[in-house]
Amino acid sequence: MPDPAAGHLLDVRDLSVVFTRKGRRDVRAVDGVSFTVDAGETMGLVGESGSGKSVTSLAVMGLLPKRGVQVGGEVHFDGDDLLTLPPERMRDIRGQDIAMVFQDPMSSLNPVVPIGRQVTEVLERHQALKGGAAQAAAGDLLNRVGIPDPTRRLKEYPHQLSGGMRQRALIAMALACRPRLLIADEPTTALDVTIQAQILELLKELVRDSGAALVMITHDLGVIAGLCDTVHVMYGGRVVESAERRELFADPRHPYTGGLLASVPRLDAPRGAPLHPIPGSPTDLLPWAHGCAFAPRCPNRVEPCTESPPALESTGERQLRCYNPLAAAEEVPA
Amino acid sequence: MSATEGSAAAADAQAAGPVSAPPQQRQRRTISAEDTLLSVRGLQVHFPIKSGVFVDRVVGWVKAVDGVDLDVPRGSTVGLVGESGCGKTTLGRSILRLVEPTAGTVTFDGIDVASLEGEDLRQVRRRMQMIFQDPMASLDPRQSVESVLTEPRRAHGIKRDQATTVPRLLDLVGLPASAANRYPHEFSGGQRQRVGIARAIALEPELIIADEPVSALDVSIQAQVVNLLEELQDRLGLTYVVIAHDLAVVRHIADVVAVMYLGGVVEQAPSDALYTAPYHPYTKALMSAVPIPDPVVEDTRERILLEGDLPSPANPPPGCRFHTRCPYRQPTRCDDERPALREIVPGHTVACHWAEQIHAGEIAPRASAIVEAVIDAEPPPSVPIAGDSTTTTLGPPPGI
Repeated sequence: MPDPAAGHLLDVRDLSVVFTRKGRRDVRAVDGVSFTVDAGETMGLVGESGSGKSVTSLAVMGLLPKRGVQVGGEVHFDGDDLLTLPPERMRDIRGQDIAMVFQDPMSSLNPVVPIGRQVTEVLERHQALKGGAAQAAAGDLLNRVGIPDPTRRLKEYPHQLSGGMRQRALIAMALACRPRLLIADEPTTALDVTIQAQILELLKELVRDSGAALVMITHDLGVIAGLCDTVHVMYGGRVVESAERRELFADPRHPYTGGLLASVPRLDAPRGAPLHPIPGSPTDLLPWAHGCAFAPRCPNRVEPCTESPPALESTGERQLRCYNPLAAAEEVPA
Repeated sequence: MSATEGSAAAADAQAAGPVSAPPQQRQRRTISAEDTLLSVRGLQVHFPIKSGVFVDRVVGWVKAVDGVDLDVPRGSTVGLVGESGCGKTTLGRSILRLVEPTAGTVTFDGIDVASLEGEDLRQVRRRMQMIFQDPMASLDPRQSVESVLTEPRRAHGIKRDQATTVPRLLDLVGLPASAANRYPHEFSGGQRQRVGIARAIALEPELIIADEPVSALDVSIQAQVVNLLEELQDRLGLTYVVIAHDLAVVRHIADVVAVMYLGGVVEQAPSDALYTAPYHPYTKALMSAVPIPDPVVEDTRERILLEGDLPSPANPPPGCRFHTRCPYRQPTRCDDERPALREIVPGHTVACHWAEQIHAGEIAPRASAIVEAVIDAEPPPSVPIAGDSTTTTLGPPPGI
């Protein structure tokens, strides 16, 4: 468990990302998102497509294009505000202190460069390793993420590896410099379940062994349930609920969180148990300026929901953005 | 199933609205095992691997489906699960003869589909339809919804109820009548899948093969489409073959589940029996790999982790296809002899030499394959778990 007295490793305050385009309405993809991550902690960002979870991670990494994007707020990493750092400083941090694993390993690896070259490149850039030393380190890394026969694999190209292997190679590259923060954006979505289980186990092990912090971005509540310490649920670019993992699943208070949990079929549910879908679709958003974005789909909607946006309120460890939250679990009739 | 019945039922549903009806414990249909609508025997689909620039030489075969038997009772839902490359999609397509089977028979309502040609095949195809995974890719972006829905009937020369067809279909799938004049890009993913479903039921088919019907959709939308499929089955008496990699979805929707691995069925059983007592090591591993959205369950369960990847279907391992990754593998027999599918409990078939011994606990898995539970079964005292219905069953969340 992280020590609350120490400063946070990553402290994101009021982050906002607005995409602007001439002649088009601005798109507010991320709107006032704040969270902290401590060393050794695994934090989950859950949301559906368009909820802003990936854009949040790109903003933290400084990977958004400079033109047509307005990034606001503060991203403190180990005392520095990443948003104001000069690009050269940011390049040093990226890959060295903060690393990222993307969803689709085929499109994030260079298809015409051997795996070994892509891994050693990171080591050469950040650790000043050369030639044989870099090769040996790369072999060790592949070995560590469970790729058998690393010396042969180093010479191979991405297309010669299976999906699970490619994702492992990508994780090896991310871990090359022992980063203190790893951001994984849907790292298992493109993989089969048995391979997903392998990768999740690997990530868990790495966090446990290296004491790094992990930010896990996913739409899969099952992945979150088994992996994360704290969970932030995003909808329409804002965090609507955040809590410690067990608390969130046992006692969801935001109607969206509750709705998500009730709409997912569970492998261990009795047969014929009905699903309770959330009506509408994630594109039916109310702009936050006019009220709660979830209001058009919300079964608990009350009058103020469509008049002004609810604020994110904290009670203990939990944060909640809702005028009419679900009843606390204790009061629910069995 | 006549069209008039359908529209009467649809009118009732309209009053309730497409998705607003409170979901209730679904009345399972009574299904007679004797009344088999679709029967597949020894089906094989092999694709040639070709090489050479001017002359195509066949240098090998990808055995996508390699000897599958499957029975689908009328009115039931059969689920096909497996990982990518196991042949589940090819099996579904070869039932409709969208790909030609290499060997084996497909019998639909007493008709041997594999031997049909021309007009006869067309007539049978009217009774078997397909729902595809990606509604964006399977709908023509320049074709209006009305045109999408009338084209199948035009192609099959069905003249009756022309004026009412489109509104009735849209109503059945819970879309407003105004959707008829719109184009696929104007819809959200879930609505597009509804159009795809409406197209599939336009010809009043008896069998629908749904290939990953919800996997391209957002989590909150998946349940809508699953509920719609069940509702349509009850209303129109449809028979489904649902192909999916998501075991939780299949468990929810299917009466009987067949688990596929490298072109063959390794285990087949009624949904409940399969999930409560899986016999085949692959099924066990597959199920333990599915994350469950409940931290209490996730922390306390022991899991089997498979090593390595799926072998290439062009060069499948000899003996049991699964022996290269199987944590229960026994010397020689698993490597040499391909296990046949055999009935272990009535209605429950398994293709494993050692199924009974593994089930009885006489054969232990390799220790390296087991991931221990994170914590013991006793949860920390501060967490409210006991008496909280939402953690143990899939009850409605409070307030919904």
